[in-house]
Amino acid sequence: MARAVRILLAKPGLDGHDRGIKVVARALRDAGYEVIYTGLHQTPEMIANAAVQEDADAVGLSILSGAHNTLFPRIVTLIRDHGVTDMVVFGGGIIPEEDVPALLHAGINKIFGPGASLEEIVRWVRDNVRPRGVAA
Amino acid sequence: METLARKPAPPRETLSGLPVNEVYGPEDLAGPVGADLGRPGEYPFTRGIHPTMYRGRLWTMRQFAGFGAAEDTNRRFHYLLEHGQTGLSVAFDMPTLMGYDSDHPRALGEVGREGVAIDSLADMEILFAGIPLDRVTTSMTINAPANVLLAMYVALAEKQGLRHDQLGGTTQTDMLKEFIAQKEWIVSPRPSMRLIQDMLAFGTRELPMWNVISISGYHIREAGATAVQELAFTLADGAAYVEAGRAAGLDVDAFAPRLSFFFDVHDDFFEEIAKFRAARRMWARIMRDRFGAKNPRSWWLRTHAQTAGVSLTAQQPLNNIARVALQALAAVLGGTQSLHTNSMDETYALPTEEAVTVALRTQQIIAHETGVTATVDPLGGSYFLETLTNQVEDAAWAYMKKIDEFGGMVAAVEAGYPQREIAEASFRFQQEVERGERIIVGVNDFVVDEEPKIPILKIDPEVEHRQVERTQRVRAERDNARVQRALVALRRAAQGSENTMDCILECVRAYATQGEICDVFRLVYGEHRESAII
Repeated sequence: MARAVRILLAKPGLDGHDRGIKVVARALRDAGYEVIYTGLHQTPEMIANAAVQEDADAVGLSILSGAHNTLFPRIVTLIRDHGVTDMVVFGGGIIPEEDVPALLHAGINKIFGPGASLEEIVRWVRDNVRPRGVAA
Repeated sequence: METLARKPAPPRETLSGLPVNEVYGPEDLAGPVGADLGRPGEYPFTRGIHPTMYRGRLWTMRQFAGFGAAEDTNRRFHYLLEHGQTGLSVAFDMPTLMGYDSDHPRALGEVGREGVAIDSLADMEILFAGIPLDRVTTSMTINAPANVLLAMYVALAEKQGLRHDQLGGTTQTDMLKEFIAQKEWIVSPRPSMRLIQDMLAFGTRELPMWNVISISGYHIREAGATAVQELAFTLADGAAYVEAGRAAGLDVDAFAPRLSFFFDVHDDFFEEIAKFRAARRMWARIMRDRFGAKNPRSWWLRTHAQTAGVSLTAQQPLNNIARVALQALAAVLGGTQSLHTNSMDETYALPTEEAVTVALRTQQIIAHETGVTATVDPLGGSYFLETLTNQVEDAAWAYMKKIDEFGGMVAAVEAGYPQREIAEASFRFQQEVERGERIIVGVNDFVVDEEPKIPILKIDPEVEHRQVERTQRVRAERDNARVQRALVALRRAAQGSENTMDCILECVRAYATQGEICDVFRLVYGEHRESAII
């Protein structure tokens, strides 16, 4: 039997705005996912390490401070540095549309803008996240 | 295409869940309403703290601003002052809020992004260049390192040749709401309260026109609290600071008149007005009856208000101008002393100059065109509003009672109680929106296929480099022996019981950076860590 899909939700950077990520955490949990929330003020290193150690299938990032262009790509790079290439990374927050193409190019699979609904996020996760490396 | 028949009925309760009747009449005001009202300027101040309110003086239009390096924000300050703004309000970037210098590894990518970066007195000198500090009042949204920023402001005034008692303004300094909602901290609640006690004592002694603490419901609301929760948690925070001041040996009437408040003003028009009125009445009772304050100024709840950032929508952003106008009107009808109106583009980024101007103009239109300033508390006596004011008050007292059962707000925060209540309320609200039980125009109804594009403010990524260079230059050029002596003296004060403020002032005069000063607190008290609650 397939195990539950495990999603690590993380707040990189220094901003403390966690209303959004907490609401997303509960919505994903209600949708049947195993959700781990790192808490606030996480460095890219802390997030990448936690994602790998927790064997997450996906990492969801939330940032509202405007540091996404620096921190999101760095998290992807650090996860890859662990030799993990099939972990889905998605993110959201106060992110202007014009920043999105560069973030996608840097390996983030999806960016949810400030108007995204819970339903949209849950649907995207359902369609795009699968258990990684489950032994056959 | 949705049909009209599928639209939810008009709400029968407020955003806080208080019931709303079809119609109200004199029978709803039976009971001691008269005694609860008083006249404007009279206890319990339901109708306002001043007898003449806006006939005597308009509220202060105070737009919160800060981005990039100090030069960028200084230019915005001059722009706002030239356009009729009457007070300054500084937004700091995330590293500054957390007590890190711009060259700290944790500051990477954050410098100047969400506010201005201030590392040392050198930055402060640029931030206020050309602005005599005795001619403006300045509000600084700073909490964990509020003591450092206040000391920098005082040191800057000294360099401008001013006396301490000429300085007017506000530092937010409300750490309890940081632990509850905003989540920018350095050390844990109890040492944080001790540092605030030092600020209260220093302010009482040196800065008679400075509001040392701005007890803030804003962030509590923005984190998802209801109006009732915002009110109750904020007043409970206020009571905790009064307790702290008394525990520091201060007479309540010596410092309570310098406590000010900061509330959110959200979409539910009448509930918001009721909230401001109930807040004044409750605080007056708390101060007079619970704390035995004798000076009527100690009973006053003076407040700043800001429209609800959380209510702005990314969809059809121009609609936000209408939301902000209605919220601002509610704040004015609620009797606020100062007001910030949000800009339409803030779900995307910090506001552009054009968007900020529209927001400021919105206040000016309310002040000068609508006529609502002509009489005091124009809605006083409304069957509905007076009933709602009573309802909001009763519901808030019930919450405050629960907090008292924890042993006050510090203990309640340590137990995670308000944090959990807010998370519950915010999830409930979001579910109602997702289920279409609440209509948010442009989000879950009246949507358009093609979203309009609006211009967005960009922060030059070079800001971080320039700021890091400046701070490193300051460290190289200052008298480092003097800095070390000052930091050692601060450590001793923090370990002992001497007031830390005098030591911090000496540190900043010597151009110690705020990161270096906050490192002393991290060393002495340890860093705060939160266990995440979802």
